[in-house]
Order: sequence, then C-alpha cells, then structure tokens
Amino acid sequence: MESHYLTVHELEELLRAGETTSLEITEAMFRRIDAVEERVHSYINLMKERALEAAEASDRRRRDDAALGPLDGVPIALKDLLCTTGTPTTCGSRFLERFVPPYDATAVAKLRAAGAVILGKTNMDEFAMGSSTETSYFGVTRNPWDLERVPGGSSGGSASAVAAGECAASLGSDTGGSIRQPAAFCGIVGLKPTYGRVSRYGLVAFASSLDQIGPLARDVEDCAILLSVIAGHDERDSTSFPAPVPDYRDCVGRSIKGWTVGIPREYFIEGIDPAVTAAVDRAVSVMKDLGAECREISLPHTRYGIAAYYVIAPAEASSNLARYDGIRYGFRSPGERELLDLYRNTRAAAFGSEVKRRIMIGTYALSSGYYEAYYKKASQIRTLMKRDFDKAFASCDVILAPTTPTPPFKLGEKTDDPLQMYLSDVFAAPANLAGIPGISLPCGFTADGLPLGVQLLAGYFEEGKLIQAAAALEKALFTEQRRPAL
Amino acid sequence: MKITKDQVSHVADLARLTINEQEQELFTKQLNDILMYMDMLNSVDTTNVEPMTHAMEGTEAFREDVVRSSLPLDAVLANAPDDDGASFKVPKIIE
Amino acid sequence: MEYEPVIGLEVHAQLKTNTKIFCGCSTAFGAPPNTHTCPVCLGMPGVLPVLNRTVVEYAVKMALATHCTINHVSEWARKNYFYPDLPKGYQISQYDRPLAERGYVDLDINEEGKRVNITRIHMEEDAGKLIHDESAPVSYVDLNRAGVPLIEIVSEPDMRSPEEGAAYLRRLHEILVYLEICDGNMEEGNFRCDANVSLRPKGEPAFGTRTELKNMNSFRNVQRALEYEIRRQQYVLESGGTVIQETRLWDDARGTTLPMRGKEEAHDYRYFPDPDLVPVTVADEWIDEIRRTLPELPREKRERFIREYEIPAYDAGVLTASRAIADYYEQVATRCGKPKAASNWVMGDILGHIKEDKVEMEDCPITAADLGNLVRLIDDGTISGKMAKDVFEEMWSSGEKPETVIKKRGLVQITDAGALEAVVDEVIAANPAQVEQFRGGKEKVFGFFVGQVMKKTKGQASPGLVNEILKRKLSGS
Repeated sequence: MESHYLTVHELEELLRAGETTSLEITEAMFRRIDAVEERVHSYINLMKERALEAAEASDRRRRDDAALGPLDGVPIALKDLLCTTGTPTTCGSRFLERFVPPYDATAVAKLRAAGAVILGKTNMDEFAMGSSTETSYFGVTRNPWDLERVPGGSSGGSASAVAAGECAASLGSDTGGSIRQPAAFCGIVGLKPTYGRVSRYGLVAFASSLDQIGPLARDVEDCAILLSVIAGHDERDSTSFPAPVPDYRDCVGRSIKGWTVGIPREYFIEGIDPAVTAAVDRAVSVMKDLGAECREISLPHTRYGIAAYYVIAPAEASSNLARYDGIRYGFRSPGERELLDLYRNTRAAAFGSEVKRRIMIGTYALSSGYYEAYYKKASQIRTLMKRDFDKAFASCDVILAPTTPTPPFKLGEKTDDPLQMYLSDVFAAPANLAGIPGISLPCGFTADGLPLGVQLLAGYFEEGKLIQAAAALEKALFTEQRRPAL
Repeated sequence: MKITKDQVSHVADLARLTINEQEQELFTKQLNDILMYMDMLNSVDTTNVEPMTHAMEGTEAFREDVVRSSLPLDAVLANAPDDDGASFKVPKIIE
Repeated sequence: MEYEPVIGLEVHAQLKTNTKIFCGCSTAFGAPPNTHTCPVCLGMPGVLPVLNRTVVEYAVKMALATHCTINHVSEWARKNYFYPDLPKGYQISQYDRPLAERGYVDLDINEEGKRVNITRIHMEEDAGKLIHDESAPVSYVDLNRAGVPLIEIVSEPDMRSPEEGAAYLRRLHEILVYLEICDGNMEEGNFRCDANVSLRPKGEPAFGTRTELKNMNSFRNVQRALEYEIRRQQYVLESGGTVIQETRLWDDARGTTLPMRGKEEAHDYRYFPDPDLVPVTVADEWIDEIRRTLPELPREKRERFIREYEIPAYDAGVLTASRAIADYYEQVATRCGKPKAASNWVMGDILGHIKEDKVEMEDCPITAADLGNLVRLIDDGTISGKMAKDVFEEMWSSGEKPETVIKKRGLVQITDAGALEAVVDEVIAANPAQVEQFRGGKEKVFGFFVGQVMKKTKGQASPGLVNEILKRKLSGS
C-alpha cells in the first residue's frame, strides 16, 4: 500500500477501520525515507528503532481497545530544535552534534501522549538562523520539487519531509517565517500559532519573544489536528497562554460567507515575482466566490518589518546563544589552557558563519551607546506594527497576502548576500513581531512547476478563524493532485 | 561607515568569538550593509511609543515554592566535555 | 585639607525560600556539588525560567520594611557576561524597572540619628561556585547555588564614616532576619556587601572618584576595609595623585584592599528585557496582604518596650535582638506584671544559659509562662529571690514548672511570724556575746544573726520578716 502521501486524517481512518496498522505505515515510511533521503536529505537523525516500538505499542493499544490518542500510530517528524530524551537534539549545529537532552519539549511530550510515532529529527538552518536550510552543519536539504532549489528555512527539513512523503506531518518553529516560508516553497500547509499558544519549553531558543512551534502538513485539517494536540498552557513556560484549547478540526468545512478579508497593499511591492502576484490574485477571486468581501487595507509599517526583525531577533539570539560555552555540554575546543581561549575558540569552531554574523549584529545592537538607536527603536516600531494589525482586525476577519516574494530560489543563490536572504522573510516576519497567527497554504504552481503559497493572518488566538478560512480556500482552490517527481 | 574593523573586533570580543582577519574583513562589510539597511528605522517617529518587548500580555505565571527533584548527577554530567564525576572542569581561573 | 568620605553600600541578601528563584531545585546549603541542579539552573538548551512566588513576597516584605515605593509592574532583564559560574551566559536580574525604589532606614547613631536613603531593591538570581584546584591548573564548577534567589539593596551614597556604614549594614541585617526572609549568615555568603567609597574636600558638593570594594565577609571587615580604603585614598590625594575608578578586593589577612587582578576590561553588560519572563505584577491587594503579615520591626519594638514596659534603653536593645527573645520577654512580663524583674531574668539568666548551653532561643527549656510564674512567686513572697535561683536551675535542667520544683523540694518560705519569733529567740539566747556587741553599737553583727536564723530555717525564712523581728528583739524591747 502506498501510504506515504496520505494525510493524518486519512491514516487515522484507515487505522480505525483496521485496514492497516501503525507498524505497516511506519515501515512504509522508512522504506520511503530510504528511497528518497539521499536526494532530499530531510533528516539529521532517524529514530527507527524507537519509532517501530512506538508503532507496535500503538497497534497493541488498538487491538486491546485501550484508550487512543488523537494521533495514535501516526508517523510524525520533528525539527531538530525540539528536545527529545535519548536522541540528540543538534539544532543543525556542530556545537550540539552529540547533545542528548534529559527532557522532552512539552510539544513533543504532548505528541507522544497523543500516540504519535516519532520518526526522527529534521534538518534546519543552524539554530534556526536562515531561510534556506543551507546553514546547517549537517549539509543542505533539497526541495523535493526541484533538487537544485532550496526547500526554504529554517524548518526546511520538516517541510521537505512532508512534501517528499517522508512523514505524515511534522513540527517546525517559526521565528520570522520559518514554518510558513518553507511550507510555501514545498507546496504544503504550515501554521504559525499565536505567540503563547504553544509552550516553548524544550524548543531551543533562537529569539524568545518571536519563536513559536507549529505544524507542517499536507492539508489544513491535519494542521488543525496537530495544533489541538500541541497547544495549551504549560506551567513550565510563563509566556504560554492559559486559554482553553478548542478542537480546531471543528473549524474545517465551515462557510466563510460574509467574512471580510483584508488585502494589505504594502505586501505588493516592487520585486515581487509576477507568478506570486498571480497566485494571490487567484486566491482573492476564490475568496470572493466563497462569499467573502475582499477589501484593500493598509499596514503602513510593513516596510520596516525586516529591519526591526533583524535587530530584535539577533539581539535576543546573541544572549540566548551565550550558554554555548563548552563547559556543561556540547562541543569544546580541545586543549585550551586559558578560560578566554576556551570560550572564544570553542564558539568560533562550533558556530557557522551565519550564526556568528547574527551574534555579532545582536551584540552590537545591545552594546553600550547603540541600544537606544537599534534595540529600543526596533522595539518601538514593533509596537507600531502591532497597532497596524490591531486596527486591521477591527474590521477584517482575516488578512490574505503572499507568503514569500518569490518561488523557491536556487541553492547558493543568496548565500553570499545575507541581506538578500533576509529580505525573503519580508512578508512573514511582521506576524512574528506582532505575535499573531498565520498559515501558509499551496496556491498553484509556476510555469516551471514550482509551488507557490498564499498566507492568511488572523488576530490573537484566532487560529479557529484562520483554519476555517484556510480550509475553505484550500477546498475551493484545489484542482489537481500533484506530487514532486522524485 | 556604520561600523569599523576595530569595532567589529571589539564586538567579537564581547561575544567571545575568535575571528580571523578574513572574517573580520567580511563581517565589517556585511555588517555595514545590514546596518545601513537598518537606518530606515530612524525615519520613523517613535516619540512616546512604548517599546514592545513581549509579544503577549496578560499571562502571569508564578511557581509555588515547592521543591521538585533535581536531575540525577550522572544526567547532570552526561553531556559534559570534561568533569571529575562531581563538577564541571575548566582551565584554572585566576581571580 | 580635610576630606569627607562618601560611602554607598550594595547588599546582596539570599532569600530563605525552599526552592530556587526560577526552578524547583532546593536551596539547602552544603549538598554535594551539582546535586541541586536541573536543566533550568544548568542553562540547558530550550528550558525556561518560571518565577517563584515566594521570592516576590519576601522582596516586597523588605521593600515595605524599608519604606520603599513598590512598582506595580517591574521587569526582568538579562545582564550579559561570560563566566563559568553563570550557566546561561547572562544573569536574570532587574534593571530599568526594579521591584521597589526610594526607601530609607533610620540609624540610631549619635544624638540626632541618621537617615540612609535606599535607591532601589531588586530581585535576581545568584551564580554558582568555583573551586580552584591547589595542585592542578583546573577549576571546578558547582552550580548548586546557581539560581538561588537574591535581593540587591542599593543605598544612596549617604554615609559619611565607616561607623555609619557598619551601622547601616547592621540595621539591614537585623530587619532581614526579623522578617525571617534571610538567614543573614555572612560566612555562608547569604548576606554580602560591596561598597563604593570616595573622598571629597569637606564642604565640596561634587563627589570624588570612587572605588568599589568587594570580598568583605563580616561586619568587622566591612568597617576595617572602609577605614583602610579611606586612609589609602586620603594618602593618594594628599600626595598629589588621583584615585582610579576600579574594583578592589579586601584582603583580610593583610588588612588591605588590593586592585582586582585579571581582565579589567570595560564591562558592557548589554542589559535588555528578558523575553522569557513576563513583567512582575504586584497589585495593591497583594501588597496589603503582605503588609498585614509584617512583624513589628526591631526599632519600633525597642521604642515600644521602653515606653510600655518602662525598661531602660539598654534592656530594650538586648531584648529585641531577635524576634524570639522579644516575644519571650513580652510573655514573661505580661504573665508576672513586673517588666523590669522579667527583663533581669531574661537578660541575665535565660540569655546566659542559652549562650552557655549553645541552644537556640526557640528551644529554651523554660517556657515564658513558667518563668513569669516564677517571678510572681518571688513577688508574692512565696519564695525568696535566692531560692528562686535554685528553682530556676532545676527548671532549666528538668523543664518542670516552678510550683512542681518548689513542692518537690519543700521550698516554701516561712512567713509565719510566730514560728520565726521562736527561732529568733533561740538564736538570741544562744549568742549572748554577739547580743552585747550589737547593743554596744556594733551594728555589723546584725548580719550574723540573719545568717543564723537562715541556717536554722534552711534558708526558707522570709528575709523581710526575719529582719523585722530581729531588729525588734535586738533593740531590747
């Protein structure tokens, strides 16, 4: 049985009907991984033995009529910055190559409790710093739709694994577009929840005030299922929000007739690829067909988003990454006799150049004499961007915009020009700065067959609305089932 | 110039990163490009605008003062690059 | 030229909570290295701090006791620097918006007293400990102390002499211990002090260049270090030099301060708000609730004891040295209704025995009620003061009630005048020579007769009554 392209809810139905077992599904997944991994390289570490045991345990529960979780027996992949006991959590960095955490991230613990079978840890930009998965210490991941192109980043491995049929769904993290941008590049659905919706405990921090864990999946319904599992307050994360978690799956299949959809004019800038504009136009017309009113709106501070983001995120990162000093865990430069050399040489050898660059920017932005001009200024502009969104959501149910300005770019195309790489997050980062939820879903292909994405944004904790609108749009947009030619 | 080679070297010191001459050269150029781009922030009037330092307000999480079990010592030291079975070892520090 | 010292103190007090400030690890002192650690206080990747409510409560107590204004919203900040005892590469502290600001304490120093203003009180986490190998080029990192809660109390540069510095420090220490929020043990490091010292020509309003003093681990050392540093700076200035702004360590053995060795690199801590911790909200209701639990503070208590019990200031000072002693004294005084007598017993006998037997006031074998009763038994003449000392000894060793001891030993005072007159008659009859001497004007012999009567009554005669009867009989009536 060709199960590797089935959705989570399809697998669930087959399992429930007794037409397959978790072990069959999981073994098929590993066969698929064996077949394509050499070309795609989605994973840093596989957890085959534990996965097969978990699959058998799930099958036993089902046979014994024991209590089943909402993801029982379903194979899931994890971005390698989600801590897992007993398996290295590398963050794509040489520093953590052999680091085995003595704890599970809360989101991982919730997945396990829901019965999920965890297949392995996916590739990513080092410490989530990148938009192409090219900064990983463990080599690049390729876009399953075109192996010469990047899968996006930083959750590139989580996106490519879903697109290439190497897992049913995955978790990633989104600090400035790191779920939505790779989802768009790989032709799948990716959801960044509201800041505080999902516990960050055990998510290795890049920029703590921006990071959120979210699902990447084949359709909106799968994202809804995963979000309901991982969301909720956690006593170990005081920034997680104590609001009840609805069953987001209930929002799938509902009409959006009469809704107001905002189209922000600032997202249609010079340099945007015409194919992207055409895809968004198509989504707008579908929304209208569904009975929604589409209205142009303004988010006037959008153009400052990247500048503000690339001050705030590196500033927080420079502090978050100070703990990687080679004393308690991780890499240590051998033979150092002086403490200062131990620090400097360990960090110089264990961090890649993009991580160093961001640590440098962030250290500079916080340093004496520059704090006001950079960090504080950027934080004030963040307030203004949040106000833009507050104003927009006073009159709109959701906002519709492109996820990225271009389709997936070629490997190596932007690696020598960090600023150009940063600008590929221009449409994604504002949602992180404001803390609002966003979802990217497939919206057709370029003439060359590269996937295109469209993004929906909603107000705080309005994931339900986001899923309702995204599911309606997905259904109406759907014309043909395409798979990457692997 | 937004940032000089000397400043780059000072920042690398603060961040405890050894950088070679080539990196110093490259970072100086790249950081200048990036900081020039960030100059656009200065065109925004932010008088009386509170900085936003947390994405979410309204959460308040206290922990009660109740002891929870610590990590077993072998787990504490399991990932350590150098230890003596009780403590982490570092080159001698002169105070 | 006459110079005036300007002194400001920064005190770090470790709060007496069960657990660390941001994780559930125990704060108990003396555990084997790294056994009170967890992913949070080890600074492992991906973990997050969660604030201990009791830390805020204790910090608010100190803020209220020192008349500070409490900020309803205060903020956590990261202080970034690298050191092996600092697992995250930053210390979680408070910077721009501390918990409390603008308070003061009053010192009872010289006639008019002295007010020292407090700039701020903020909460923060402690760092771990480094142990340096004697024989190998290695240091060991123990993170048991990493994450133990501290409050930092920063004074204004209001002190003008080492004595004022020491008095301020003693006052803060006394308050912290009274509030039961800090053990106050300087040797174990749970009450630490750094000082800023500068000199200026007397009358000059501007401050001179200051040095920062560290490593003073007793009250005495703080005073000595301040005295030394003032002399040193005075010498530098008088010999035409300039004081360099630097950090100096007190060297107890040599009795000097020395500049800190090693990297004197300019510190750039790059403080910024900690995104992992939401701002601390302290509502008025919570402040009021905490205020209601505040005990009477030592200074107020002293004043009340002097006023209410009419005891000397010295007594009031001794009796309020700790809450346990003060509470004990008050119960004794209330029970017996003789505040001065109660004070003498508590200050002399109780505290003497406490010290001698090395027991805690809390473990005193004689209850306050029993001591109060003992004092009352003297007052109503049931036993004499001398007998009472014996009774006290037995109470101390057996824990028995005074009535029980008195009964057991048959120690009741003879207050029957008829019975005593018979004894006096006997004594007079048996010592005619002494009677002659007395009647001849040698009044000193009176003591001899008292002694004889006491001997015959085994000390149980009421001394007042004996005196009265003897006087009457000897004067020849």
